[in-house]
Amino acid sequence: MEHGTFGDPSSATFSLTDEDHTLANAVRFTLNQDPRVSFCGYSIPHPSDARVNIRVQTTGESAREVFKDSLKDLMFMCQHVRSTFKKSVDDFKMSNPVVAMEIDPNNKED
Amino acid sequence: MTDDEVKLEEERKEKKKEFSIWDLPDVPMGKLPPHLELQRTRVVCNIDAPLHTDNIIYSGAYASMGVDNSLRLDNFCNNFRVEVIRITEEDIEFDMIGIDAAIANAFRRILIAELPTMAIEKVLIANNTSVIQDEVLAHRLGLIPIKVDPKLFDDMSENDQPNEKNTIVFKFHVRCERGSGRIRVKSNELKWLPNGSELVKEQNNANSDPNSKPVTYTSFSCGQDSWPELTKSPICVEDDILIAVLGPGQEIELEAHAVKGVGRTHAKWSPVATAWYRMLPEVVLLKEVEGEMADILKAKCPVGVFDIEDIGNGKKRATVANPRVCTLCRECIREEEKSDKKSDETSEPLVELRRVKDRFIFTIESTGALPPEMLFTEAVKILEGKCERVIQELS
Repeated sequence: MEHGTFGDPSSATFSLTDEDHTLANAVRFTLNQDPRVSFCGYSIPHPSDARVNIRVQTTGESAREVFKDSLKDLMFMCQHVRSTFKKSVDDFKMSNPVVAMEIDPNNKED
Repeated sequence: MTDDEVKLEEERKEKKKEFSIWDLPDVPMGKLPPHLELQRTRVVCNIDAPLHTDNIIYSGAYASMGVDNSLRLDNFCNNFRVEVIRITEEDIEFDMIGIDAAIANAFRRILIAELPTMAIEKVLIANNTSVIQDEVLAHRLGLIPIKVDPKLFDDMSENDQPNEKNTIVFKFHVRCERGSGRIRVKSNELKWLPNGSELVKEQNNANSDPNSKPVTYTSFSCGQDSWPELTKSPICVEDDILIAVLGPGQEIELEAHAVKGVGRTHAKWSPVATAWYRMLPEVVLLKEVEGEMADILKAKCPVGVFDIEDIGNGKKRATVANPRVCTLCRECIREEEKSDKKSDETSEPLVELRRVKDRFIFTIESTGALPPEMLFTEAVKILEGKCERVIQELS
């Protein structure tokens, strides 16, 4: 999974199998937003391998911990997105009950 | 040098040391200057090409200006909003505000390629005398959306036997009688078999017990119609899809086995017809557009972004009434042909087209397996699951 030097934990490459741009680009965003990160990026070495390499270099902290924190951030953001979305949908259905139950295909625009 | 001169020199040095660009009155503290803020938050759509299309995501991008570009989660929580525009049986439109394109795109990609659904994977053809070849027929059947919650079923791996937990069986038997006209066969002819396959496998050993249950292509231990989730709403498919046209005397008899899968493997398992987003358009009038110019501007827009308001004294002024419908066709900023140019005034741009980088108009069209709002929730859960998996592998 992780390729780094034993002497310097502040930079490492993480190789994730069965992942693609979906996770890598999202986690690249959260990593870049972390002030402890001095460099990060990802690459897909070959399009027919289901594998993505994520490079993390930090200003001193362990790259593994920073990477883990970023994933936790992303997870937290997802949870927040989900709860906000659910609340908005519930509010919308409460205020527009007729539209939500509308099944007349000719009247979709309402 | 006299003492006074030395003193003056020291004072000057002291002043120089104290001088900071931040003390200048026109430098906003803790805020980006307007042109950089515009570059950070807007895509400017010019006539030739869009500008500032990239997102500045590095936390220290504006460190030299004393502006922190890093993500504070509490900040994110305060700013993130969802505004639902429309929910119907098959689609949902909502605005997602205060999120980066990287994450919005992750949701979109998951919706298309990684949400599991059920789709017909194996077709056992007993008889096909129609003009449609078996493989074309099987492909057409595969693309029919099956209206059932995929969470009720398990994935079927290669070595699994088809059983009631991983397979849905449909029967399809239509014939066109001789002497009648051609008939159009729709997907509503697919009949759900809750007890599994009815096609009996041919057995090699002839001396098997004739009283034992005949071996079929599935091994169901109980009927799916006994499940509480399915007793109320039996499994059906989208019923108005043309499958074949049969001529007199032609017949199709087959059995279709649906299994669980994801859109990455084949598009037939994609739960969405489309899932897409666009950034909110922003139309800015650079100066007051009045009188005849306002009418010209309003007429230029094919989707009706602009409107005209009266400002008294019989004067008219153009306003931006509905920027949301803007398709960025750029008709309003297109340069007039040279012959049309009346004066220098008309050549100056009146309008600027922009897009807001963190406001996404998300549209999801479901194929019918799950309601569209549930699709999005499931997609977010899958991204969470991905993070969790990696965190677990790292610790």
